[in-house]
Amino acid sequence: MIRLNSKTKLILTVAALGLTMLWFYHLEQNPRANGYLIKILERSAIYAVVAVAMNLMNGFTGLFSLGQAGFMAIGAYTVGILTIPVEARPNVYYISGVAPWLEKIEIHYLAALFLGGLIAAVFAALIGVLILKLRSDYLAIATLGFAEIIRSVIASPQMDTITNGSYGLKKILRFETIYTPFILSAVCIFMMVLILRSSYGRAFLAIREDEVAAEAMGINLFTHKELSFVISSFFTGVAGGLLAMFMGSIDSGTFRVTLTYDILLIVVLGGMGSVSGSVIAAFLVTGGREYLRFFDEPLKIAGVQISLFRPGFRMVIFSALLMIVVLFYRKGIMGDTEFSWDGIANFIYRFLPTGKARRGNGGRDE
Amino acid sequence: MNNGKPPVLRVENCTMQFGGVVAVDNFSMEVYKDEIVALIGPNGAGKTTAFNFITGVYEPTNGRVFFEGSLMVANRPQGKMKRFYQGDANAICSDVVRKTPDQITKLGLARTFQNIRLFKGLTVFDNVLAAMHMHLNSNFFMAALKLNRGEEKRMREEAAALLAMQGLYHVKDKIASSLPYGQQRRIEIARALATKPRFLLLDEPAAGMNPQETDELAAFIKKTKEDFNLTVFLIEHHMTLVMDISDRIYVLDFGRKIAEGTPAEIQENEHVIAAYLGVEDAES
Amino acid sequence: MSLETVLQHVLAGISLGGAYALIAIGYTMVYGVLRLINFAHGEIFMIAGYLMIFSMASMPWQIAIPVVLIGTTLLGVFIERFAYSPLRSAPRMSIMISAIGVSYLLQNLATYLFTALPRGYPVIPFLKKVFQIGTISSSLVTFITPVITVVLVILLVQLITHTKIGMAMRAVSKDFETATLMGIQLNSVISATFAIGSFLAGVGSILYFTDRMSVNPFSGALPGLKCFVAAVLGGIGSIPGAMIGGFILGLGETFMVALGFSTFSDAFTFVILVLMLLFKPTGLFGEMEAEKV
Repeated sequence: MIRLNSKTKLILTVAALGLTMLWFYHLEQNPRANGYLIKILERSAIYAVVAVAMNLMNGFTGLFSLGQAGFMAIGAYTVGILTIPVEARPNVYYISGVAPWLEKIEIHYLAALFLGGLIAAVFAALIGVLILKLRSDYLAIATLGFAEIIRSVIASPQMDTITNGSYGLKKILRFETIYTPFILSAVCIFMMVLILRSSYGRAFLAIREDEVAAEAMGINLFTHKELSFVISSFFTGVAGGLLAMFMGSIDSGTFRVTLTYDILLIVVLGGMGSVSGSVIAAFLVTGGREYLRFFDEPLKIAGVQISLFRPGFRMVIFSALLMIVVLFYRKGIMGDTEFSWDGIANFIYRFLPTGKARRGNGGRDE
Repeated sequence: MNNGKPPVLRVENCTMQFGGVVAVDNFSMEVYKDEIVALIGPNGAGKTTAFNFITGVYEPTNGRVFFEGSLMVANRPQGKMKRFYQGDANAICSDVVRKTPDQITKLGLARTFQNIRLFKGLTVFDNVLAAMHMHLNSNFFMAALKLNRGEEKRMREEAAALLAMQGLYHVKDKIASSLPYGQQRRIEIARALATKPRFLLLDEPAAGMNPQETDELAAFIKKTKEDFNLTVFLIEHHMTLVMDISDRIYVLDFGRKIAEGTPAEIQENEHVIAAYLGVEDAES
Repeated sequence: MSLETVLQHVLAGISLGGAYALIAIGYTMVYGVLRLINFAHGEIFMIAGYLMIFSMASMPWQIAIPVVLIGTTLLGVFIERFAYSPLRSAPRMSIMISAIGVSYLLQNLATYLFTALPRGYPVIPFLKKVFQIGTISSSLVTFITPVITVVLVILLVQLITHTKIGMAMRAVSKDFETATLMGIQLNSVISATFAIGSFLAGVGSILYFTDRMSVNPFSGALPGLKCFVAAVLGGIGSIPGAMIGGFILGLGETFMVALGFSTFSDAFTFVILVLMLLFKPTGLFGEMEAEKV
C-alpha cells in the first residue's frame, strides 16, 4: 500500500484542476473546431449531477427510485419557461399564446435553476409522503409512474399556454462558456458529497444496510427517506434545468423513461454507492455514446458492406453493457469506494515492473 | 427489588396474535431500576415476539406497555381481529398508542437482535456514529454545510471513547461483517449503548458462544450495566448465564407466563421443569 | 352518451382489459415466485408481436399462431435463465436492474433489427370478421378476447390448485427456502412460471395487436407497466385478481379516452396504482405478509 502525504495530494489536485482549466481554455479558443467535444463534456457534466443524485437515493439510501426523468422535466421546464427572452415568447408560443401572468416574467438563470430544483423538491416531498412507505420494488414502479404522469401533464393541451404542450420550448437561454455548466455541476456534486459525509449521510447508509436496525437505533425511517428523496430530486431538478440550457430547446419527449435508464446505466457502471464512480461513468458513457456513433454508420471493409453496423446498433451495445455489468461485474468501476490519489498511485504501482518484482520478493502490500 | 418504587418498564396484559396463532397471551411483567431481568422459555415460546412489541417492531394485538410511568404502547383488537381474537383480557384498554421503534429508542430503550443486525458494509466506527445520529443537535443545513464541526468532532470523540471502553477501539476501521461472531455481538451492544439508553434489551446475547465466551459476556454485561447505569432486560437460552447475572426471571411457555421469581425460585419451580424437560401432565 | 355508445365502449374496454389481464398474470406469477417485477415482460409481449409479423409472412395463421406461442414461451424461459437465475443470491436491486436491462436491451434490439417505424400487424382473417350483436357491432376479436381470457384463467387456476407443478409454485411463493428444503426443484418451478407467464403474454399479444394493427419497439413498454398496475390492483400473487385488475384498467382507460381525457389515460393508471398502494396495499385479493425480524 502506498500512502501519499497530504501535501503531494494537494499538489496533484491543484495540478489536475489547473490542467483541466488550461484544457478548457484551449478548447474555448477555437470553439468551431472543438464545438463537438465541448458539447460532449457539457452533457457529461450535467449527467454526472443526475447520476450522483440518483446514487444518493439508490446507492446510498437503498431506495430504488426511477423518477429521474420526471424531476428533470420539472427543472428543465421551469428554467425553460423563465429564461426564454420575453421578446421571443410570441414566437415560441406561436400556437396558443402564452399565459398573461407569465408573459413578462423573466429571471436570471441562476435563480431559475434554483427554482427548478426547488419545485422538483416540493413535488418529491409531496409524492414521497405517499409512496416512501412502500416496499422497494413498488417504489420503483410508483416513481416511474409519477415521472410518466408529470410528462403527460406537461404535454397535455390544458398546459399549452405554460409549457407549450407537445410543441416543446425553444430559444431557452444557453451557456456562454463551458465554465458555467462545469462550475455549477461541480458545486452541485460537492454539496451532495458534503451531505453524504455528514451525520445524515451516515443515517442514509444505515437505512441502506438494515432498515430494522436503523430504526432500532433511533433513525426515523420516513424522515430520512423523505430527506434523501427530496435532496436527490432537488439536484435532479437543477440538472434538468442545466440540460434545458444545454439543449436550448426541449419537448416532453426528451424526458421519457429511457432518459432514466441512461442515468441508471451510468450509476450501475460507476458503482452503486460511489460518487466518483458516477462522475467517471457519466463521462465514459456520454463520451462513448458520441464517439461510438460509427457503429450506427454503414461500414465498408474492402468494399463489403458489414451489415452489423446500422442505426440502432450503438444503443444495443449500451444496453448489453448494462446487462454485462449487472451480471458479471456487479460492483461497477468503483464499487462503493471513492476516487483517491492513493488509489491511483497503487493502481500504477501494481503495473510497474519494479512494483511486481518487489511484491514477488515477499514484500507485503501493507 | 421493589422498594415501593414504580417499575421502569411495565408490560400489562399484552397479547400478540398473528392470524389465528396466539404467540404471546396476556403477558404482564415489570422491570425495576438497576435490575437485570431475564425472560426465558423453550424455543417458540414467544420471547422475541414479546421483545418486538416492547420495542415497537410489532404492534401488540391487545395490552399496554409503560416506560418510566408513561404509556408507550397500547392497543386493543380492532377490525377483523375483534372477531378472531383468541387471547385473554380482551380490550381492557381504551386508548391506542403506537410509537415507532425510533421513537421508543429516543425514549431511552435500546436493543440488540437475536440474529445480529449490524450495518454490515460499514466500519465499526460508522456503526457507532450512525447510532449517535439521533442525538444530533444541529439541523440538516448546518450538518450538510459542515457548520457543526464542533459537534461532529464531539460525536467522533464520544464514539472513540465508547469503543475504547468496550475494548473494540483496535477494530474501529474494520468493516463490521468481516469480524468474528463474538466481536460482532459486542459491537452490537456498543452500538446500542451509543444511543445513550437507560434501559437495554438484549436478545440472546450468548447465542453461538462457547462457555468461555459466555463467562466473559456475563462479566461484560454486569460491567456495562454499572458503567452506563443501566437497567437490563434480556432473553437467553444459556441457563448458566441467566442464573448467574439475573436478579429476577420470567418464564414463557407457549406464549403464557408460567413462572416468575429469583433464579433460585425458578430452578425449583415444577412448571418450569416440566416445560423444559417436556414432562407430560406434570400436575396430574 | 347514448346507451348504445356506452355499451360499445364497455365492450371495447372489456376486450382491452382481457388482453391486459393475460399480461398481468405473467407479472403476478413471477412476482409471486421470485418477488421480482419482471420489467421485461412488456417487451416479451412486444417481441411476440414481431414474431407474428414474421411468421405470418411465410406461413398460414393456423401454423403461425402456435409458432408464436412456442417462440414467446421459450423467450421468457431463456430470459429467466440468462438474466435472472445468475442473480438468485444477489441483492434485490441488482436483479431489478437486470430486469430493466433486459427490457432496455429488447427495446433497442427491436429498434435495431426492425427500425423504430411501426410495422403493420398481419390480419388473421377469422378474428377480423365483423359481428353484430343487437345494435353493437365489432370484429370477432373484441368479442372473444374476454372469453378466451376467462377460459385461460379458469384453466390456470385448475393447474395451480390441482397439479404437482402448481402446488410446487404455490409452495415456492409462500416460502422460498423451506420449499427448496422440501426437495422442490426451484429452477424448474421458476422456469415453469416464466413459461406460463410468457405463453399468456403471447396470447395477449395476438389479441391486443390484432385490435391495434401495428407494432413498434416501444409498444410493449406502456402496456407492460399498466399490466403490472393491474396485477397490483388485483393483489399481487392472485391470478383471478390480476384478471379483474386487467378488466378494471381496460374499462377505465377506454372511458377516459371516450370522455376526451386521452392525454391523461396513461396517468390514470398510475393514479390508480398510487391510490391502491395507499389504501389497500395488498390489492383486492392479495394476502398480507408479515416481515420477520
